[in-house]
Amino acid sequence: MTKKLDYDEVREVALLARLELCDNEVEEFATQLSSILEYIEKLDELDTDDVEPLAHSLPIKNVFREDIPRECLSRDEALSNAPDTDGEFFIVPKILDDNSNA
Amino acid sequence: MANIKYKTLIGLEIHVQLKTKTKMFCSCPTGFGGEANTRVCPVCLGMPGVLPVMNKKAYEFSVLAALALNCNIARFTKWDRKSYYYPDLPKNYQISQYDLPMSENGYIEIPTDGGETKKVRILRAHLEEDAGKNSHATGNYSQVDLNRAGTPLLEIVTEPDLRNGREVRSLAQQLQRIVRYLGVSEADMQKGHMRFEPNINLVGEIDGKEFKTAIAEIKNLNSFRALERSVDYETNRQLEEYLETRKGMGQVPKTTRGWDADREITVHQRSKEAANDYRYFPDPDLVPVVLDDAWFEQIKSRMVELPLAKERKFISKYGLSEYDAGVLTSERSMAEYFEEAIEAGGDAKRVCNFITQTGLKLANEAGKSFVDLGIEAKKLAKLSQMVSDGDINASAATSLISKMVESDEDPMVLAEKFNLIQKSDTAELEAIVEQVFAENPQAVEDARAGSKKEKKSRGFLMGQVMQKTKGQANPKVVSGILAKKLS
Repeated sequence: MTKKLDYDEVREVALLARLELCDNEVEEFATQLSSILEYIEKLDELDTDDVEPLAHSLPIKNVFREDIPRECLSRDEALSNAPDTDGEFFIVPKILDDNSNA
Repeated sequence: MANIKYKTLIGLEIHVQLKTKTKMFCSCPTGFGGEANTRVCPVCLGMPGVLPVMNKKAYEFSVLAALALNCNIARFTKWDRKSYYYPDLPKNYQISQYDLPMSENGYIEIPTDGGETKKVRILRAHLEEDAGKNSHATGNYSQVDLNRAGTPLLEIVTEPDLRNGREVRSLAQQLQRIVRYLGVSEADMQKGHMRFEPNINLVGEIDGKEFKTAIAEIKNLNSFRALERSVDYETNRQLEEYLETRKGMGQVPKTTRGWDADREITVHQRSKEAANDYRYFPDPDLVPVVLDDAWFEQIKSRMVELPLAKERKFISKYGLSEYDAGVLTSERSMAEYFEEAIEAGGDAKRVCNFITQTGLKLANEAGKSFVDLGIEAKKLAKLSQMVSDGDINASAATSLISKMVESDEDPMVLAEKFNLIQKSDTAELEAIVEQVFAENPQAVEDARAGSKKEKKSRGFLMGQVMQKTKGQANPKVVSGILAKKLS
């Protein structure tokens, strides 16, 4: 049986998710992900031509807050979960490719 | 020598920070500076289990800005997650807008040479959150400050309608004026409130053969000057590179280049072999926004007269030069001040000179905006009338403006106090002229109409009158008296 997802596609997805997979895992996930996709494909059987796309699962809209500042965390609290800090900043491995895109 | 024809296609991706008090999806205060990681909370730190809630003001600001950019405002808009692995956004996604942005299909008008305007089409403008800041310290690590993470950003994407650095700069300046007029952004490029990323490539013909260079995106531009220079530099660089390698779009990947402000060149940063796979999907934490008529009208009612319209009015209605109109409309407060002064009876050209020549110089010295100097518009209008009426001369007006910065007194009172009122009383001035004539019979002879030394001698006599009146004689009146007596 040909899989829905071949090994290269699994490697690509793993790269996008920043996961490092060994060859055994690639094979394992190719099988698992393929059966998940197959299962989901059942939904294709439903005729959705006259159904509006859903932006949200709840029938709620316009939930806002007013633009009023509230107290933040202290810096010590903010940094307390970080694997590494210098007391002021979060410390991360050196970023060489500055891919910031925001 | 090859026969080369080409044009440069430049589109911009622009990020404008909105001037809200708090972040887009949490109540942390926004703002430049602040000690690192002191404006953060579980929401903007991307802690598990938190719920982002939209800032109403940020949405309204974005609608106002999009209206000013002539965009169609969507009555239904929603939020999507853009997958993004980078430590400056700890959630591993950015909340942004994908298929249903809050606005689309607008344009911004920019002035071109010769008083014409050009429309630059806007593909879309949408709301999203800003990322934090990485700094790459010495040593084998980078530092992350998340104060900026979650700040509301309006992303504006233009069509590639721009052709050179000057146009790009002009668009940036127009946009800055617009968002400042609307009060939705401080729009200071140095402080990163407004960031421009031009996408550039060339299309044309070399010896009748079509060519297209690969697109380069330029980053790291933090001044209008850098924006203009980098675009022109990159245009020439791409042409030279193409002439050398003859490899263009399709053969060379899209690249990102950084502007080196010291050397004034763009430097290769990386190639974009594949299109980024952001795997957008609707953010389940956030509900859609529906803009109904009543709310839309309410936001529309906050629209102000936009800078380019004001500028044109200043030229056509008040007869100001393009340059003066541009200076006055650079800040909304100054433009409105000017209009207030004209309303109060000031002469347009004169009030304009008061502001642009004397006022801005004083403001600059004081490190303030002109309006913050605190001279009431109606007092400046009165000063203008005093010059028109001949009560004071232009140089007295200039010195009175600096006195008006320090004192709230009426300009007429100040003029009297500092002895700056011109003597325009004919009888009084005639007596002084008589006296001068008596003391200088030879000059009077030389100044008679038709004499060879007429002009020079009249100048001398005028000078004598001025000396006797300590410069306070109205020169128009004196010269009338001289003309009458010497004819």
